[in-house]
This record gives sequence, C-alpha cells and structure tokens, in this order.
Amino acid sequence: MSESFQPNQSLVSSVNLDNAPMSLVSEGRPQIRGAAAAEASSLNQWVEAEAENYVEIQNLSFQRGSRIIYDDLTMSFPKGKVTAVMGPSGTGKTTLLKLMGGQLQPTAGSIVVAGVDVARASRTELFEVRKRMGMLFQSGALFSDLSVYENVAFPLRAHTDLPEDMIRDIVLMKLHSVGLRGARDLMPSELSGGMARRAALARAIVLDPEMVMYDEPFTGQDPISMSVLLQLIRLLNDTLELTSIIVSHDVQETVDIADYLYIIADGRVIGQGEPKEVMNSDSALVQQFMLGLPDGPVPFHFPSQNYRDDILEGRH
Amino acid sequence: MLRQIESIGARGLEVVESIGRSTIFLYQSLARVPRLRTSLPLLIQQLYSVGVLSLVIIVVAGFFIGMVLALQGYSILVRFGAEQALGQMVALSIVMELGPVVSGLLFAGRAGSALAAEIGLMKATEQLASMEMIGVDPLQQVIAPRFWAGLISLPLLGMIFSAVGILGSMLVGVDWLGVDSGSFWSNMQSAVDFHRDVLNGVIKSIAFAVVVTWIAVFQGYDCIPTSEGISRATTNTVVYGSLAILGLDFVLTALMFGDL
Repeated sequence: MSESFQPNQSLVSSVNLDNAPMSLVSEGRPQIRGAAAAEASSLNQWVEAEAENYVEIQNLSFQRGSRIIYDDLTMSFPKGKVTAVMGPSGTGKTTLLKLMGGQLQPTAGSIVVAGVDVARASRTELFEVRKRMGMLFQSGALFSDLSVYENVAFPLRAHTDLPEDMIRDIVLMKLHSVGLRGARDLMPSELSGGMARRAALARAIVLDPEMVMYDEPFTGQDPISMSVLLQLIRLLNDTLELTSIIVSHDVQETVDIADYLYIIADGRVIGQGEPKEVMNSDSALVQQFMLGLPDGPVPFHFPSQNYRDDILEGRH
Repeated sequence: MLRQIESIGARGLEVVESIGRSTIFLYQSLARVPRLRTSLPLLIQQLYSVGVLSLVIIVVAGFFIGMVLALQGYSILVRFGAEQALGQMVALSIVMELGPVVSGLLFAGRAGSALAAEIGLMKATEQLASMEMIGVDPLQQVIAPRFWAGLISLPLLGMIFSAVGILGSMLVGVDWLGVDSGSFWSNMQSAVDFHRDVLNGVIKSIAFAVVVTWIAVFQGYDCIPTSEGISRATTNTVVYGSLAILGLDFVLTALMFGDL
C-alpha cells in the first residue's frame, strides 16, 4: 500500500475484505436456479424486499434496431450491497447501466431507481435522480480539457454554491481517498489507465451519491491497480453505505468482491445468487462462463455453414 | 427500378428526420435560461477558441482578397477611364457579398470543423455520457456556449474581414496603382449606403453564423462515436456548411436586392 494510502489504513482494516462479501449477504437469498425459474422467483424476491432495494428492474425489454438485447428482464439491486452483473461480452451489460441511468429508453418495462421510474421520468426528473448516482465509466471519461482537480470539482461546481475553499477541501478529501491527492494538477492525458479510473472514481463519489455504478472497472488494469480498485470499491461501499453495481466479465475479481451475482446471457438472467452458489451452479452455461471454458453452450465458432461444404465450395 | 425509387424515398425520409432531430436538438440546447455565473466563463472560453483563434485566417484572407479585387477592378475600370470609381466598386463587392460569404466559408472550414471534431471526440470518449450521468446537461454545458460563441463571432469576423479587405484594396489601388486617395474614399462614402449595404451584409453574416454553427454542433453531437464517424462529421460540417452558405446567400440577396 502506497504512502498516500496510509491514512486510510484504519478504514481498510475495519472492513475484513475476505469475509465481507459473504457475511454482508442477507439470509434467505434465493438459491441458484435454472434460467426458466429465475425471473419468476426474482419477482417474488422483489415483492418481499421492495423496501430495501435501491434499483428495481421489471419486465425490461430493450432492442437496438431489430436485435433484441433484453427480453422481459427482472432484476433487483439491494441497498447497501455490492451486486455484480456478469456475462459474456456483447450481452449488453453496459447497456443495462445506461438504461438505469436513463441514457437509453427501454422498449417495455420499468426501471425504478430511488423511487423514480427512469424510463418514464421527464428530463428534469432524470437529471435530479442522476445527482444521486455516480457512474464510473470503462474509460474513466475524465474531461480532457480539465485537470484532475477540476474534474473532481466539476459536479460540485455544477450542483452546489459552495465557496471555493470548501470545494477545495472536499476535492482534496476525495482525491486523498483514492490516493491521488498529489496528482491533482495533472491533466487526464498524463495519467496511467489505473490512475485515470481512480480519478474518475473520486469524481463519481464527490457528491456523496447513494449508488455507484461501475462499468467494467477491472478491464486492462495491472495487478496492483486492480487490487487497489477492488479494495476501494468495497471500502467505499461499506464506509459510505453505498449501493454498488458492478458490471464485469472478470470472474475472479468480481466474485471476490460481490455480495450477490447475476449472470446474464442472451438477454435474460441465466443464473443468480451469492458468489459461492453461482460457482457451484449446475447450469452448463453458467459453468462455462464462470470457469472460462472455450467451448460449451456458447460455441467457439460463430454460426456458419458446414466446414466441409464451405471448403469444397471454393473448388467449383 | 422499384427498389431505386424506394431508396430515394428512404433517403428523403432520412433527410427530413435528421432536420427534425437537429431542430429539436437546437431547441433543447437554447430553450433554457442559462445561469450567468456558470455560463459566462464557458461562453468567453468558446469565444476565444471559436472567434479569436479564427482571426488570423480571416485577416490574412481579407487582406489578400481586397488586394486582388483592387488589381482586377483597376485593370477593367482603367479601360473606361473610370478608375476613380475603384473605391465604391471594391467597397460594395466586399461589404455586400465577399465579406459575409468568404468569412462564412473560412469559418466553416476553420471553426466549424474544429467544433464538430471536438464534440464528436467528447462523445467517443464518453465525456458527454459521463456529464449526463453527473446530472449536467451536455446540451447546456457543451453545445449552448459553442453555438452562442459562433453566433457572436462570425458577424464580427465578417466585419473585420470587410474592413481589412478595404484596407488591402486601398494599399494596392491608391499607394501602388496611383488612384487618387480623395476620390477613392469620397466615392466610396457616397456610394455605400449604411442601411442597404452594410447592414444587409451583417444580416447575411448572422444568418450564415446560425446555419454553420448549428450544422457543426449537430454533426458533432450526432456522429457515430468512432474515428470514421468523427471524420465524416467533420467533412459533412464543411461540405454542408459551405453549400448552405452559398444557397442561403442567393436567397438572402434575392430578398434584399431582388426588387431593385
């Protein structure tokens, strides 16, 4: 742990990272189940747990052109927990986050975030509810014409009338919590990938949101920045009592940190449960994904005609 | 054959739809009253990058066009012994026509393409999306200041172009070719009417500014966020912007001077 991270040691040690994901999951979670039963039971779960869910997705359908991305999807994200959504590339995991943020409109169904149906909210309502959520983009998406300090200060300047010295205090505190207080004067182009993502994380939490969404936070990170990010996500979730949603296809990292997992493929939930349950799932598709097997229900080959016919065709 | 007609229809619908989208886009960008404290610094910053940075190309181009116009005009006028009218010929053609049109074309190439590329790149790097998620409307934060900056800059640049152009023509006409300085200026003064000529030129400039900046910000905002999409948005901005200027120039000229 670097020196700049030291003052947070007390916070880090207050959360036992090895045990936290398991111990934080409430009793009576639905067991891992086959795809057919998944949506019906999660609806029951939604009814039971309505009060404590921060995000409720019900019967969501979304299509892009003629391609169906989601078909009748129902999911819920409990308050104060780290919930991960996993699935193969191209299943529309990022699309799900954009739907939650109201950046895309579903074809059918509802997405209730903090009591507001973002699918039907007006532009003004949408911008109001967005102030209560933070999002960490895959690329970091820092504003390239602003320094790290100004990037983190941006939401404060946009939404508050705080005096400059107070903005400075808050920005430095947030930068300190991600270990980048010393990098405040650098421009985004001068940061490494891991640093850019941490700076973006500081910006995402600067307004003290109730929920943070992480879009592929572990992609392209070296082992050190990976573990820093893992620790930060867990730490921020527990100390700030956030609701965290991670979208990822990095199995090991996500399993380590998440309280609850959803596996999606082909526009629907194919498995869900606590990480341990999902790892032991008997669904072939879930097993293929969790163990990273090259062939299985998701075939290695892109759909094509018979190999032999294809080769012989060229000889005519 | 039927398919060809179908594709023409589809293309037509596409064009109409894109005009509709760009109109809604412009309305959403400008409909809300901006907060002075946050909007003014953004506007000033854009006035600098859109307006001030275009100044050099406008001044240099204006100067050369003025000089060429004086040379050409003199060689024709002198045949009729009418070289004294050089001042009014140069001033009228620059103030009414060349000033607004050429500065508009240069603006589309210099500032319009830069705007489209910048906004397109912000879209491709998810900066616009992250701004939305922060709860700040990119239409207000990014688009509106750029649009107003273009709208303010181009008419001013057009006027500077005209002034520098006339200075250039004086340099060639009076100091080099020997047209009498008194008749150069007094002919110009008596022939150029402020309302009919100068003001109409400025109105043209304002119209071009609206169209070019609108095309530029919309092309950037609406582009496909890939390197190919951004390059197409930049090209479209210059092509559509230039054609729109030339077409609109004819319409405006017909409206302003058609009844003469």
